[in-house]
Amino acid sequence: MSDAPTPAIHDLGGASRYRCSPVERDEAPPDAFGKRVDALRQILAQKGMMTVDELRRGIESIPEADYFTMTYYERWLTSISTLMVEKGVVAPEDLR
Amino acid sequence: MSAPARPESLLKLEKLVAALTARGLVTEEEIAARQASTDRASPEIGARMVARAWLDADYRRLLLSDGATAAEQMGVSMAGAPPLGVLEDAPGLHHLVVCTLCSCYPRAVLGYPPHWYKSFEYRARAVREPRAVLAEWGTVLPAGTQVRVVDSTADYRWMVLPMRPAGTEGWSEDQLTAIVTRDVLVGVALPRLPVAVAAE
Repeated sequence: MSDAPTPAIHDLGGASRYRCSPVERDEAPPDAFGKRVDALRQILAQKGMMTVDELRRGIESIPEADYFTMTYYERWLTSISTLMVEKGVVAPEDLR
Repeated sequence: MSAPARPESLLKLEKLVAALTARGLVTEEEIAARQASTDRASPEIGARMVARAWLDADYRRLLLSDGATAAEQMGVSMAGAPPLGVLEDAPGLHHLVVCTLCSCYPRAVLGYPPHWYKSFEYRARAVREPRAVLAEWGTVLPAGTQVRVVDSTADYRWMVLPMRPAGTEGWSEDQLTAIVTRDVLVGVALPRLPVAVAAE
């Protein structure tokens, strides 16, 4: 067994699995869901309830299978929700 | 791959907003106002910064040494935003910006990052085969040009100051702003003259 640590799932720079896969040139702005999550994150940050680094930690700890099937703003929502529960701002039941 | 969010995600968002609202932490008015201000940020701000730098040597120096202050001179609030670095292209040197870890982007001066900037393919390939990525945008650099790929991070954001194209002598700031697209500011494209001008 190798002692090399498993590469973090979000650390995609140079990942060979995407070599030669074209970049899909999707120019659409975020949809209503995305814009709402985005605005909510900014408000919570401005009010000192979460930081960008906390958002990152929440995103980067999403299990690999979910990370690659969620949309971008679904990953954000997952992180924000987890953080708000961890901090006791909202209750787990609130989100069920 | 910008698939719509799943119904359960839409529901989860509304539950979260409802719980935050019930506790007096967030209001719908705040969300609407924040969304409106985010929607107002656009690449035209970054484009105007480039155009001004092409015309004004003092502004160019400021832009290269302190991008955030240069942005604030355009009326943009950089309060709470990470520092903005500006990468100066030169003959034989081209810059390309990526966030390999996620989506860090100078949103105050470029607006929302486009979906492709956040895509797994762009994040993985920009640092591995940048010229192949550039070619997908139709961007072919002169032979011998070095490509320097720079990673935007949560703590430091980058945009590109391209070289002013030949044929733009005497142009106004507005005219120059118009040829600096979002793709140019990220470094996947070069400023292009309108066909009518280029043909003259």
